[in-house]
Amino acid sequence: MNHDSGAIDRDLAAAIAVTRFGLGAKPGELLTARDDAQAWLLAQIRPALGADQPMTPAPDAAQRLLEFRTYQRDKRAAEMAHQDFDPVKVVGKLIRDDAGQDFLTRTQLAATTDAAFRERWTLFWCNHFTVSAAKAQVATLVGPFEDDAIRPHVFGRFEDMLVASSSHPAMLLYLDQAQSIGPDTMAATFLSRTGKKAGLNENLAREIMELHTVGVEAGYSQADVTEFARAMTGWSIGGLQEPDAGKFRFRPAAHEPGVRTIMGKTYAQGGIEQAHAVMKDLAASPHTAHHISLKLARHFVADEPPPALVATLQRTFQGTGGDLGEVAKTLVLAPEAWSPQAVKFKTPYEFLVSAWRAASVSPDTLQQVGILNALGQKPFSAPSPKGWPEDAETWCAPDALIKRMAWTQNLAAQSLNGRDPVQMAHDALGARLTPLVATAIERAETREEGLAILLMSPEFQRR
Amino acid sequence: MTAKSMSGAPLAALSRRHALAGALGLGLSVEFLGRNAFAAADGAAATRKLIVIICRGGMDGLSVSPPVGDRNYAGLRGSIAIPGFDSPGGALKLDDTFGLHPSLLAVHQLALKGEARIAPSIATPDRERSHFEAQDVLENGQTTPYATDSGWLNRALQAMGPGKVKAISVGATAPLILRGPIEAASWSPGPGVGRDPRLPAILADLYAHDPMLSRALASGLATEAMAKLASSDASSALTAITAGPNDTLANMAGANGGRDMTGQADAGGAALRPLLRQGLPVARQLGATLAGFMIQPDGPQLAAVSIDGFDTHANQGSTQGQLATRLAYLDATLDGIAKGMGPAWKDTAVVVVTEFGRTARINGTNGTDHGTASTALLLGGALKKGGIVGDWPTLADAKLFENRDTAPTMDMRGLFKGLLVGQFGMDRRALDTAVFPGSESISPTEGVVA
Repeated sequence: MNHDSGAIDRDLAAAIAVTRFGLGAKPGELLTARDDAQAWLLAQIRPALGADQPMTPAPDAAQRLLEFRTYQRDKRAAEMAHQDFDPVKVVGKLIRDDAGQDFLTRTQLAATTDAAFRERWTLFWCNHFTVSAAKAQVATLVGPFEDDAIRPHVFGRFEDMLVASSSHPAMLLYLDQAQSIGPDTMAATFLSRTGKKAGLNENLAREIMELHTVGVEAGYSQADVTEFARAMTGWSIGGLQEPDAGKFRFRPAAHEPGVRTIMGKTYAQGGIEQAHAVMKDLAASPHTAHHISLKLARHFVADEPPPALVATLQRTFQGTGGDLGEVAKTLVLAPEAWSPQAVKFKTPYEFLVSAWRAASVSPDTLQQVGILNALGQKPFSAPSPKGWPEDAETWCAPDALIKRMAWTQNLAAQSLNGRDPVQMAHDALGARLTPLVATAIERAETREEGLAILLMSPEFQRR
Repeated sequence: MTAKSMSGAPLAALSRRHALAGALGLGLSVEFLGRNAFAAADGAAATRKLIVIICRGGMDGLSVSPPVGDRNYAGLRGSIAIPGFDSPGGALKLDDTFGLHPSLLAVHQLALKGEARIAPSIATPDRERSHFEAQDVLENGQTTPYATDSGWLNRALQAMGPGKVKAISVGATAPLILRGPIEAASWSPGPGVGRDPRLPAILADLYAHDPMLSRALASGLATEAMAKLASSDASSALTAITAGPNDTLANMAGANGGRDMTGQADAGGAALRPLLRQGLPVARQLGATLAGFMIQPDGPQLAAVSIDGFDTHANQGSTQGQLATRLAYLDATLDGIAKGMGPAWKDTAVVVVTEFGRTARINGTNGTDHGTASTALLLGGALKKGGIVGDWPTLADAKLFENRDTAPTMDMRGLFKGLLVGQFGMDRRALDTAVFPGSESISPTEGVVA
């Protein structure tokens, strides 16, 4: 340990590193972390490469979007020709084949990776910049969004991830930016002449301010949101017949002309660079540094995190201009992040991934991740732009706990293959295994029961 | 899960399996709320029950309660119009204008007794025609989506008196309508506690020093035990049902075999067909199980149920087909609730709502697109007898909302308020400010509850 250790020994440090910062121990992983737990974590931070990519080659967002657009066009054509066309069936197939595979591959990466801190850090950002398959037209783009807009930037500058996310077709569609048109533009005049509805859509601008950057407590007004939405007009997606079909496209004809004033600062008239300038300031705002630091501390350490930890992270965020690799290092080195008490309750996804890692299995069918529906965390389908909640109150619901209990018994029955659950408990929890739980596992009537006890123990449910 | 892995009597195991098939195969989930500890001094409110059923996807009100007497109805609807009262297999008559879809046999039986009514042009305050946003508004009780993280049912419980009312949600996690500050226990159909009967006790010991886990486990186990009771009570209630008129309905849907009028397999495809056939008994069982929960001495007084699959853009069907199958499923669920309640039905009100209705005109793919107003169904022995709730704007060209949808004449919040006042005697100020904030101008609909 680099910080004044003494407080916790190497074994406990390894257990915390692997279960709290990582995604739960695979057999043998605690040993690799034991020499120097912090160094083991720091080595997973790689600014140049970013996160791991689940798929090679990565699925192409534009191609996916065009598939969907083609489907919409076919649907319209069938309507004109009064032909039967079953949109549910076609879309169902697109979503199953593409989004389902994306999610499964991403889950396999989590269940097997040697760099689980890197992946947890990445999943935090995927949730921070949520796009959700709850909107059907976005479903096949969630995977590509994470791969293109999030993964390359997780240890880079926050501003770059903000711009990448805000200009990705998935986000432009999910939060209705693609169709937002400045009221005093040629595009608006043209569309109103053809009798089509066209105007400003504030959705993305609002969520960038409220959820992605400064947060509601920054004290901005509705007027600020509207001004930002005006600055963002023109940020759109290329149509089927355009050269950049299915990709980001700035449409000057839809961009509202004029100077904008947002949170007391004025932005000169301009094109695409006007919103860039606003995003640059939003990313650099102390409110953003605080908002992100608080969310990180909540994710990694506690639902009510130590204020000192939040302040430390915030100092690094501000001092480095939002260098996320540096923020990650600060988190790893912060003594407050290493409290022996494990208080975070695993979300359903975290619980499944950690259980698979402990049992050395990787899900190989979509059916195996289907349990996430019953546990309330439907794949790629966060309920709102706010993303999945991360607090214990949400996930430690009575019914969900019963469902976890039933699931662990199935997993144990299917995956144990004669292994000794006592050894598995030591491999999974190391120094965090308490005598009470160890004894309960030893006394289990069957090996399956022993593994179920391990996975349902407070030590395993929390991290 | 196989039946073998389940504990309890064979009958309970069987119904559990049915419930599971219902939840996983057919997209039905049930969420309960409220174990209300009204004291005797609270009078009638102590036994009153309210169930909110949300039909997700935009349920077509013009098919649920077809206005076959409206002169424009048949023309707008073309091949998906429900035939009039005189046609065999056509609409089930309510009054000179309105009928019920022929799949809604049980609802019609109740209507004949004055225990079912319709509100044919009702809408949430949302006008955006997005499922996502409209459902959010329906459940958050506000005028805009994402306005709060809590649902109006939960805030109603809170307003009735925190601590006095306990909440129980059935479903993986609480749906928005009952999310909020009141703590909810939860249950959903599933494999129960699993195959190892020793495990719950072992875990209870291990959780002794972890209050959050230990509370959740105790509550979950208690609910599982109650589910077993509810499910076996429901089974006996259903013995009476199997001889009822709904067997005809089950046969009809069976013969239909999940095919629409054109003979094309519907959206579910061939693989789903056996499940659809099995769907009616499953739905009836689930409704009866829900009722079984609510008639337990400590049972919940409030429940929320979701049924999805109402987004009928193509091949919607008329008296048979995709929508007819969904409505038969809804009808069976309601039938199960009504029969399962037994004597408690007289204290019960059920409201069936959807996030928006569908376009008045048939579209190019024999379906309908996202619209505005739709029909709400009201059922229960607690209802006041009467005709339609709210005004009917008619389907005259000039009356259509934005020249495409049934025009809303009634704000859904008013109906919900009317039910909360009628069933639980809630006061107006709490309804206007806490349950449906900023809704002073929306009066509780009167004359709904007797």
